[in-house]
Amino acid sequence: MLEISNLKATIGTTEILRGLSLSVNAGEVHAIMGPNGSGKSTLAQVIAGHADYKVTEGSVTYEGSDLLELEPEERAREGIFLSFQYPVEIPGVNNAYLLKASMNAKRKHQGLEEIDAFEFLKLAKEKMALLGMDPKFLNRGVNEGFSGGEKKRNEILQMAMLEPRLAILDETDSGLDIDALRAVAEGVNSLRTPDRAIILVTHYQRLLDYIEPDFVHVLSEGRIVRSGDKSLALQLEEKGYDWLREAANG
Amino acid sequence: MSTEPDNIENIVNRRYEHGFVTDIATDTMPPGLDEDVVRAISARKNEPEFLLEWRLRAYRQWREMQEPDWAHVHYPPIDFEAISYYASPKSDDDRPKSLDEVDPKLLETYDKLGIPLHERARLAGVAVDAVFDSVSVATTFKERLSDVGVIFCPFSEAVANHPELVQKYLGSVVPQRDNFYAALNSAVFSEGSFVYIPKGVRCPMELSTYFRINAANTGQFERTLIIADEGSHVSYLEGCTAPMRDENQLHAAVVELVALKDAEIKYSTVQNWYPGDENGVGGIYNFVTKRGDCRGANSKISWTQVETGSAITWKYPSCLLRGDNSVGEFYSVAVANNYQQADTGTKMIHIGRNTSSTIVSKGISAGNAENAYRGLVRVMPQADGARNHTQCDSLLIGKNCGAHTFPYMEIKNSGARVEHEATTSKISADQLFYCRQRGISEEDAVNMIVNGFCKEVFKELPMEFAVEAQALLNVSLEGAVG
Repeated sequence: MLEISNLKATIGTTEILRGLSLSVNAGEVHAIMGPNGSGKSTLAQVIAGHADYKVTEGSVTYEGSDLLELEPEERAREGIFLSFQYPVEIPGVNNAYLLKASMNAKRKHQGLEEIDAFEFLKLAKEKMALLGMDPKFLNRGVNEGFSGGEKKRNEILQMAMLEPRLAILDETDSGLDIDALRAVAEGVNSLRTPDRAIILVTHYQRLLDYIEPDFVHVLSEGRIVRSGDKSLALQLEEKGYDWLREAANG
Repeated sequence: MSTEPDNIENIVNRRYEHGFVTDIATDTMPPGLDEDVVRAISARKNEPEFLLEWRLRAYRQWREMQEPDWAHVHYPPIDFEAISYYASPKSDDDRPKSLDEVDPKLLETYDKLGIPLHERARLAGVAVDAVFDSVSVATTFKERLSDVGVIFCPFSEAVANHPELVQKYLGSVVPQRDNFYAALNSAVFSEGSFVYIPKGVRCPMELSTYFRINAANTGQFERTLIIADEGSHVSYLEGCTAPMRDENQLHAAVVELVALKDAEIKYSTVQNWYPGDENGVGGIYNFVTKRGDCRGANSKISWTQVETGSAITWKYPSCLLRGDNSVGEFYSVAVANNYQQADTGTKMIHIGRNTSSTIVSKGISAGNAENAYRGLVRVMPQADGARNHTQCDSLLIGKNCGAHTFPYMEIKNSGARVEHEATTSKISADQLFYCRQRGISEEDAVNMIVNGFCKEVFKELPMEFAVEAQALLNVSLEGAVG
């Protein structure tokens, strides 16, 4: 589904990704771990198409075509979803309105009719119940005055509604209490299907207790320095990142 | 009612045949202004003596006045001698007989707004009084209004048929010497709308007027007078567009509203005059005086405006709250893009007891535009229990635009409660990226954010106008983010 090969990317004059390769197939859950500044979030932003990051080398292929050719909104309509580490507030724009506009943009791209208002509401309420969200969130401004946990749940709500083919969760676990973490994990797990792939960007092993990854990759200085199964995350938890950095340099 | 396009053509033609307008065979007057021009305008409209005298007094006062220079706008000096003060189509043959003959640019604008012209008249309960170049050509729905005694007609018709009302109320809210442009308008105004709602009548439909400026180098000087007698209610919609022009055009309208005891006037404007091109060439100079007088107790005047057009806007729809318990409201969205300049706001003058006013101003600046809010809240010593709430928000799109807020408060009653809130925000790259990651194009994202910002004002507009206003904003900000 996603094929990243020797990817190099810069922000300003700083090179962050330095030849990263990763292959993700449908049905898989990959966890990307690594210390601060290793390039985890950059990877997420580059896949989503953030203009601040310039790809200088390498390629990203999604469903067989060149992802880097596409505008961010085209990537989204093709089924790529990024759950932001810091979801931005958009005061005055109704949460339900954004969500519906988003769904309809995607449906239009797929040649489908716009979603019926009642159907939308029914679906939204259903998903919100699953995430333990108050339905009145729908009528608030997008992330406006939301707590950190509420913002993250809202991201997962959008993900659940949009049903992406490739979901990237950037530090979704940071700032969540245990109940919120469980709810979020449940939301993510409900999306685990054979035709969908999920990339979890996380600093801590904690999230992986709830969402069990098929693969764990450790990022250091813009490259994947070690890949393994979920036991790698536990090893990291125990030994810290220095262990791998030394291993990589040695 | 039929929705066929030729229905409106029929109406336009029929109305015309009925001779609501008498002086169509006249040409545009040569440029320049003196007493003879004022006399000629009055003569062409067969005006009674009192009105000619009134115009002449205004003209003489105007001669003594100076053009105001305090607004936060810049433009080259206007040569008032280069302007022609009266324009009228040469003959019947010059008038649009059907939509095919209407300026395609105008139609295009309507189309962009999602409401084709031929559907206008069909809109439930909307009467249309279209002003083409200073002279009214069509008035519809008249019978339904006259059944309840509502007078809604071109100004010149009111002068002919209801001179006593005109004489009693004209200039009673905006005196001739009020300001430079009001004085000029008083001397040379050529057309406009007149509304009278009798005692206790709730006007059965929204009243609507569409203006456009057509002939190059011709200033337009509309005069609108709306009187809501005791216990009556009226909602008036004003909207305008203008086709593209290279030369700046002066527009100096005066709108006077009078609300007597227990009466309510709701005045909504969607203004979309040609703002000049993306380099700031051309565009309308819009120097308007709009004022409402809450003359009776418990009266209410509400101004709602969506301003997207004009090269320069200088406009302060105001309320004189004279009656006890009277209410004044001002809801405004002002958009300035490219090289547009807007200096707009309101004045709320609290005179009666327990008067209250609300001001909600939303300014949007994009491109190289300058957008200023200028508002005055004045509480007179006798205005016990006066209350005002002002909310003034600015939204910036891009790096080269400006937003300015000039709130003035003159409080002479220590019991008054006056509140002012102001915010300035910017559409951030993060917000746009967030929306795009959700599959929404950048342009749609800007529209969504802007419309969200203006929500409080849009909800004050009549339904069909709100839809139009939203579309207008989107058109106005096309390419604002790049």
